[in-house]
Amino acid sequence: MSATIDTAIGGSGVAADDVLLEIEDLRTHFLLDDGVVCAVDGVDLRVRKGETLAIVGESGCGKSVMARSILRLVDPPGQIEGGKITLHRESGPVELVGADRKLLRQIRWNDIAMVFQEPMASLSLVHTIGSQIVEAVRLHENVGKAAARNRAIEMLDRVGIPMPQRRVDAYPFELSGGMRQRAMIAMALACRPSLLIADEPTTALDVTTQAQILELLRDLQDEFGMAIMLITHDLGVAAQVADSMAVMYLGRVVEYGGAEQVLAEPRHPYTKALLRSMPRLGRAARTRLTAIKGMVPPPYARPEGCAFHPRCDAVMAGRCDTVLPRRVPLREPVGDREVTCLLYEEES
Amino acid sequence: MLGYMGRRLVYVVVTLWAISIVTFVIINLPPGDYVSTVIANAQAGGQSLTPAEITNLRLRYGLDDPVFVQYWRWISAILLHGDFGQSFAWNQPVSTLIGERVLLSAILSISSLLMVWAIAFPIGIYSAVKQYSWGDYGFSFLGFIGMAVPEFMLALILMYIGFRYFGASVGGLFSPEFQDSAWNLGKVLDLLGHLWVPIVVIGVSGTAGMIRVTRANLLDELYRPYVHTARAKGLPEWKLLLKYPVRMSLSPFFSTVGWLLPGLIGGETIVSVVMSLPTGGPLLLSGVMNQDMYLVGSFVLILSVLTVIGTVVSDLALAWWDPRIRKRYKRE
Repeated sequence: MSATIDTAIGGSGVAADDVLLEIEDLRTHFLLDDGVVCAVDGVDLRVRKGETLAIVGESGCGKSVMARSILRLVDPPGQIEGGKITLHRESGPVELVGADRKLLRQIRWNDIAMVFQEPMASLSLVHTIGSQIVEAVRLHENVGKAAARNRAIEMLDRVGIPMPQRRVDAYPFELSGGMRQRAMIAMALACRPSLLIADEPTTALDVTTQAQILELLRDLQDEFGMAIMLITHDLGVAAQVADSMAVMYLGRVVEYGGAEQVLAEPRHPYTKALLRSMPRLGRAARTRLTAIKGMVPPPYARPEGCAFHPRCDAVMAGRCDTVLPRRVPLREPVGDREVTCLLYEEES
Repeated sequence: MLGYMGRRLVYVVVTLWAISIVTFVIINLPPGDYVSTVIANAQAGGQSLTPAEITNLRLRYGLDDPVFVQYWRWISAILLHGDFGQSFAWNQPVSTLIGERVLLSAILSISSLLMVWAIAFPIGIYSAVKQYSWGDYGFSFLGFIGMAVPEFMLALILMYIGFRYFGASVGGLFSPEFQDSAWNLGKVLDLLGHLWVPIVVIGVSGTAGMIRVTRANLLDELYRPYVHTARAKGLPEWKLLLKYPVRMSLSPFFSTVGWLLPGLIGGETIVSVVMSLPTGGPLLLSGVMNQDMYLVGSFVLILSVLTVIGTVVSDLALAWWDPRIRKRYKRE
């Protein structure tokens, strides 16, 4: 492994200049009566300033729990068991896993804001949209009510809500799903965060609205310059907006790289299988989609070795079922690529 | 909103009219009437009434008139003159009888209610937030005991303790020396000294129940996405708790708050009987047992009116509390 690659991926913990958020060996476990569920089991990730990083994976692979762990929003019995999350603020790096509550509250929404899947459920239905945005602004900035309200109106206008002066006093249940998600985004960006975590922001919306919301996010990113961590199970959505992409399987990142490269030249058998299962325009007619064989294993019975080996086409008997694969940086193709797979360990 | 209120008012009037008829029918249902009770009492006392006396009594109370005439006499006097009729057994106007007891009933109900809220809300919130903690288990245990112990038994135990160890006068709301005196500071203090026992008795099961309800309602809301949003915004924990999930969890509470209204005059019959408290409950009970027609009829009618009004109050309170309801009223 050459030294240049090592720095490029920041694997040794030395952050490159443009890294905003660095997650190292994050473990979030759920201590249940029936056993321990390792929802996030050693995730390493970086988010660069201003980029869109898509986290893709099937339901239950730990993407949402991972995202929530960043702001320590995991409900009990979930618990962050270990790891480091470093946020590089302008004033210097801050570690979030061990941060005290006061510092954490400052970082929430001010540095890292979130948009959730269900726009109906994630806004309070008994408070006006305006009051919820105003609350966020006034929590983090020393501004008066009127100024905060103006900011709310301005943000609602910016996310494309018609008649923002009136809508600011509307309740969430008076808006459509798409409008609600826009309001949520307006609230998320009201404090100008440097990272927006969007947890399945378009899943609950119809396809047209979904496209509009994605476009809005891209526009806002250009304008505000924040980084976006987009959690999605939809490879199409990821392909549409992502700069980088991380593929997760059972609590670990199995493949990471530039979005185009990952989609064009997947390396991990899981990513390959995932892409084969996607319908694609231009593919020869009447070819069957290939489903990934097997099922996601039950949460308590995590397979030994590589968690994907029982479903893997390229499984190496005697190795994959015993050895836990490490992250392997790839020299080829260009750029920042990593695969967590034993097939590539010899190669490097 | 006005249209909605207007329609509501019409429903209220129709409902009350129906209730008044049902009430009147019910109080006429049992075999016999007040006069037969008088005869039975007289016989029990070893006396007997002459047929002439009986006819006289029946005539005096108009018991031989057709039912609808009796109904009309009863309801028109109430509506036109505020006259609820005469209690046969007490030989006093029903309005006086009930009026005397309203104040004490209300004081008792309101103060036990305040005690219930003051204790149950904080504990319920704590129990929900710290679900399955030792504290939660402890309060649940106490709560179940509170719900399981019958009120009259608790009343008897407390009265025994008060009498045996503190030498307090047992039962009632006043010591004998203040029983008939005019209101003064001493009497008020005496009242307060007696009042805590029934308040505790009535409050215990109410508190226990309220803790369970508050806990369950809050648990329904505690892990909703909007709570995550509020937390992600950086709100301090206790503040977000009160502003979002607790607020949402109070909606069921508001939708039943109006039903407390009838309790103001008629509540807690058993405890009042056991502790011989001069509230409305025992009065109603004795009226029913004596077939004291106008007393019972008026009582049931007043309770029904309060219930119906209470329901309207609840709906309005809920509309005030929850914008979703408010907007729906406005649209209607």
